[in-house]
Amino acid sequence: MAMRRQSVVLGMLLTPVTLFLGVFFLLPLCIIAVFSFLSPGLYGGVEWSFYHWNYGRIFGWADGIIEIYEPIYLQILFRSLSFAALTVGLTLILCYPVAFWVSRLSERWRLVFMFLITLPFFSSLIVRLYAWLLILKPSGLLNTVLLSIGAISEPLEILYTPTAVVLGMVYVMVPFMFLPLYSAVDNLDRAQIEASLDLGANRLQTFLKVVLPQTLPGIMGGAVIVFIPSVGNFVVPDVLGGAKGLMIGNLVEQQFLSSRNWPFGSALSMIIMAVVLTVLLISASRARKAGGHA
Amino acid sequence: MTHLLEIRNARRTFITPEGGHLAALDGINLDVGANEFVTLLGPSGCGKTTLLRAISGFETLDSGTMTLGGADLTALPPFRRPVNTVFQSYALFGHMTVARNVGYALEVAGVGKASREAQVAEALEKVGLAGMGARRPSQLSGGQRQRVALARSIIAKPRLLLLDEPLSALDRNLRQQMQLELKTLQHALGIAFIFVTHDQEEALTMSDRIVVMRSGHIEQIGTPREIYRHPKNRFVAEFIGETNLFPVTIDRVDGETALARTAEGVEMHLPSAGRKPGEQVTAILRPADFNLGPTGIPGTVTRAVYLGSDLYLFVQPQAGGPEIRVISRDGAGFDEGAAVHLAHDPARVHVLEAA
Ligand SMILES: Nc1ncnc2c1ncn2[C@@H]1O[C@H](COP(=O)(O)OP(=O)(O)O)[C@@H](O)[C@H]1O
Ligand SMILES: [Mg+2]
Repeated sequence: MAMRRQSVVLGMLLTPVTLFLGVFFLLPLCIIAVFSFLSPGLYGGVEWSFYHWNYGRIFGWADGIIEIYEPIYLQILFRSLSFAALTVGLTLILCYPVAFWVSRLSERWRLVFMFLITLPFFSSLIVRLYAWLLILKPSGLLNTVLLSIGAISEPLEILYTPTAVVLGMVYVMVPFMFLPLYSAVDNLDRAQIEASLDLGANRLQTFLKVVLPQTLPGIMGGAVIVFIPSVGNFVVPDVLGGAKGLMIGNLVEQQFLSSRNWPFGSALSMIIMAVVLTVLLISASRARKAGGHA
Repeated sequence: MTHLLEIRNARRTFITPEGGHLAALDGINLDVGANEFVTLLGPSGCGKTTLLRAISGFETLDSGTMTLGGADLTALPPFRRPVNTVFQSYALFGHMTVARNVGYALEVAGVGKASREAQVAEALEKVGLAGMGARRPSQLSGGQRQRVALARSIIAKPRLLLLDEPLSALDRNLRQQMQLELKTLQHALGIAFIFVTHDQEEALTMSDRIVVMRSGHIEQIGTPREIYRHPKNRFVAEFIGETNLFPVTIDRVDGETALARTAEGVEMHLPSAGRKPGEQVTAILRPADFNLGPTGIPGTVTRAVYLGSDLYLFVQPQAGGPEIRVISRDGAGFDEGAAVHLAHDPARVHVLEAA
């Protein structure tokens, strides 16, 4: 009896959340799903006739022509996935040691650092990426400095390459990796590290057997938070990437804004979403297994 | 006789947040025998944890030496010291099973799985947790966690086990049970224990020797009996057990006993050895050292507290001065307001030279 009343109350409390998610998340998702099975309209929009070759095109068979196989979209999808994975790996390598360092700072310096790491959120992403453009271009800051100290004899071609895209994404994603990592590192039980050393484990063993497993939730959290927006990112490759830096997000953007093929853009979005969901589910089940009953 | 652990002139100073210097260890000298149960006893902040951490290697000394079995300890990192610790918070690994926690020292030492499992089972058996190996620490009670921490710390057969207030989180009954079990375990293992507590009762029941500490230095080292009956100074006397302190002036010496008086005029009889008339000393008497009878210091009961079989009395001497605390074993018929006389055996009086 009491249980039922509780669940009714809970339901009422959750109504605004449900409504919000329904209107701003589920509904658009359904629209995209439906659009992905329609034909494109002449000037954008959709024709209300069923068409399933949008997906065929992504997997390499354009417009139902089985004879020609050109998996260019799959290649771009894989490139996006590998860029995103690389971004996750690099931000992790960068942030993990820094998180330990920051957790050891005095209260005051820790606050200063936390302010610095959240500072980028206060300015426009586009502006910050254009700053990188100025740094990376052939006559930019990086090349000028390297040339003048004689480290290189010719300007490095970084801008409009995959390197520039990954660099830009790492730059954008660092705070998202840092915050969950820091929280995990800060919650580490120092006594357990000492217990491990006390029981004869050296520093490496202690790291592998105690520190790493205990910060794993933070690592997983950071990885997911960085991976998802990285896969679909189009702003960074737009500004810093050339043709070889094109990512799946750029394709979606193009389909909606310039190519006026909404159904194809929708199909691409659905694929991204499917990939991201798969990654999420795998990492969630992994986390459940690793976390056990803890 | 050589000792297992020898600490000489150990010093450690911390810089306080206010910029001052705090001598957490202020010239510590301590020897511990190969299977001795030594207790560090002292108020919070006196340096007990710091001393333990210096022995286990988590705190460095500013100066002084430390040897274990004749070998220098100070240069070794914690994981190379044949010393293990039972942490106050237990510090169990939450992401591992009980069995893996207990076997951790063997696992990192590269002991094979079969031998490890056998030793883990044996260690769990020893602390009364047989069959609990598959659980997680979070699925255990406080007392059981304590036992896991204990099993984990003895499995690698350290020569010295350090225990930092291991019983402080347990309730009274469990604590008393664990006190006995720890003592039994220490005998069975034949290794040295250094046990930290701020509970004097615990120290008295468990220790071979007690080290009384105060603000970074050692006030007295001795057997529980020595510490209790012959405290070296006021601090030790007051810290260990209930105490009555009487600052007195020797009036006259009369064969075996001396007569002394407090400023208010309360009369005491002390052992006369070494006493001279006019000398000012402090006489110490434990509550149980008084007998309620027809003679002795006259006074009035101001409060009577029943402690099971004993009756705890606060007696205001007629002459004045602070109340005297008395334990009466027979217990009958002393209500508040009753007039009593407190007699004592002069031989039971402990005398501190300083007044
Ligand atoms: N890392 C540290 N930094 C500064 N002061 C410390 C540090 N560790 C201990 N102290 C100080 O040293 C003194 C002794 O501490 P501790 O050994 O923990 O005492 P106990 O265990 O007897 O309660 C305390 O005053 C404590 O505040
Ligand atoms: Mg302490």
